[in-house]
Amino acid sequence: MTTTTMTMAKALNEGLRRAMEMDPKVLLMGEDIGKLGGVFRITDGLQKDFGQDRVIDTPLAESAIVGTAVGLAIRGYRAVCEMQFDGFVFPAFDQIVSQVAKLHKRSDGVYTMGLVIRLPFQGGIGAIEHHSESPEAYFAHTPGLRVVACSTPNDAYWMIQQAIQSDDPIIFCEPKSRYWEKGEVDLDHPALGLYDAVVRREGTDVTVVGYGSSVKTMLRAAETAEAEGTSLEVIDLRGVAPIDFATLVASVNKTGRLIAVQEAPRTASISSEIVAEITERCFYSMRAPGMRVAGYHVPYPPARIEEEYRPSVERILDAVDRVMDYEG
Amino acid sequence: MIDEELVQLLTPEGERVTHPEYTSTLSGEQILSMYRDMVIVRRLCNESTSLQRQGQLALWAPIQGQEGAQIGAGRALAPMDFTFPTYREHGIAWCRGVPPENVLRLFRAVSTGGWDPQKYRHHVPTIVLGNQVLNAVGYAMGIQRDGADEAVLTFFGDGASSQGDVLEAFVWASSFNTPVVFFCQNNQFGISTPSSTQSKVPLFRRARGFGFPGVRVDGNDLLACYEVTKAALENARAGGGPTMIEAYTYRMGAHTTSDDPTRYRVDAEVEVWKHRDPIERIKALLVREYQTRPASFDAISDEAEAFALKLRDDVLAMGRPDPLSMFDNAYAEYHPLVEEGRREMAELLANGGAH
Repeated sequence: MTTTTMTMAKALNEGLRRAMEMDPKVLLMGEDIGKLGGVFRITDGLQKDFGQDRVIDTPLAESAIVGTAVGLAIRGYRAVCEMQFDGFVFPAFDQIVSQVAKLHKRSDGVYTMGLVIRLPFQGGIGAIEHHSESPEAYFAHTPGLRVVACSTPNDAYWMIQQAIQSDDPIIFCEPKSRYWEKGEVDLDHPALGLYDAVVRREGTDVTVVGYGSSVKTMLRAAETAEAEGTSLEVIDLRGVAPIDFATLVASVNKTGRLIAVQEAPRTASISSEIVAEITERCFYSMRAPGMRVAGYHVPYPPARIEEEYRPSVERILDAVDRVMDYEG
Repeated sequence: MIDEELVQLLTPEGERVTHPEYTSTLSGEQILSMYRDMVIVRRLCNESTSLQRQGQLALWAPIQGQEGAQIGAGRALAPMDFTFPTYREHGIAWCRGVPPENVLRLFRAVSTGGWDPQKYRHHVPTIVLGNQVLNAVGYAMGIQRDGADEAVLTFFGDGASSQGDVLEAFVWASSFNTPVVFFCQNNQFGISTPSSTQSKVPLFRRARGFGFPGVRVDGNDLLACYEVTKAALENARAGGGPTMIEAYTYRMGAHTTSDDPTRYRVDAEVEVWKHRDPIERIKALLVREYQTRPASFDAISDEAEAFALKLRDDVLAMGRPDPLSMFDNAYAEYHPLVEEGRREMAELLANGGAH
């Protein structure tokens, strides 16, 4: 087993490089991704090595990035589209939900929409307006799309390659606040399937599930809870749509308690879906109602106060207290 | 003459006119064959409108008046070119060889597409205005990377010309010099909204601002539409980049069978355009120049009638799709929610139906 330590940004870069080496039909498209290497440098050096025909610096129009990727997919190419920031994906929303999500169906299976839309998402980097959003639920709600989120360099390296190989369109969510954190990457074998949830820390009292940047926050909460005598089982969702409910069900049947964590606003969200589904499947095992720890129902706040908005260790521990104290 | 910049090779009376840049290259035999196409497609439209009125189609989008633009452009294509239509390109579908009954599957609401787009090199209909124009430019980027001797022809109307996707497609095509031809049928109306609301300059002039040529052609002149499209496609295949063609025409019928054009336009205007009918002027040319005999026209009319009868039979034979088919091809790969839905519905159906 060859392992090496690298940041999530570098792991994504290496994953993209390997996908491009393996399949000449893989193209990268986006704003400032070539010479500059992208505003987060995820595509650093790739245009130099693969040329301007495969790493395309596009005009600044998100609908066109996705809309032309659709045409390239019809022609047999696999485009990886970079949305510069989560808040800039909305000009492309029409193409994503009207064409990307539906063309496999509308062509009776003749077209495969094997394209990936990379989305640096969630907050926590002190950015200005429109640079810290969590729009994953819009896409998870749309039949025809798949949504995944990585939380470690190893997952970033493998999941981006698995997403590119998929014949279905994938919204690939990258927690931008974790881009510069390092971790071990196994360069030989993917540990998991693209949509598999994984238990990051085993526990017995409460199942805490989340994705992207929330995973690290949940792990911190688990450490504190343990010191206070409560054992949290932390699950990294990875597959946001579809969700690997089997892993969640097994965990909640064991712990009897569920907390779903996300940065996105709570209403009609991934955490809502998790709580509803687990309630249906695990009702008789549950000792407390499922809880959600999420963003508030307000526009994403100015970054000086974003840590009060984002799920924190304290807010997760408050929810732990509530489910542990629940008397039904 | 509507506009001095309009490319016209045949007057509404069916008399040839010369143009400094374009000359008709079509033989009498080819013109007669394209006349047949126009007659059949008009018959298809009339039959489809009747089918809708009889409750056999959910909707129909007629093209009466636009047959010259569509058959002219459609017959200018090379076999390997790829086309990206709206929901109104029935004449293009005909030229591409799409079985006519398949064109009606969308409108009978038994399909959300209707045909194999790769087999006919004709994309499935796009109803969200302008989306397909960007998809077309992307396809053309693929042609460039493959080094293929092919071009893309994409369609939109004067209404969709205001859509951001169309204007973004212009930027993309220009910046990347893609082998794409933008064919805008200016039929004067987006449902009720006149084209003057969409643009304060003639639409073809927009192209120049994006850095590629725009041509306004008499959209009711089959000969001109053919030559202008053919030249633009050849230029695209040769690496000359995009062209925008504005086919200046008129939607003689309603926007769709749900529309009532008497609420927003006057009969006098429709009368003016009746005299510019694309089929009648070709017929006049065929009679005058090629001495086509009434028997030939009668034979085509008879063929169109037989075609319409068969089309009707084919449409009526299209039954309700198997409800379980909604789960097919939602995704290319296994999806647990799709399979869960399929199982649930299969059980309901097995127990006597979902109702």
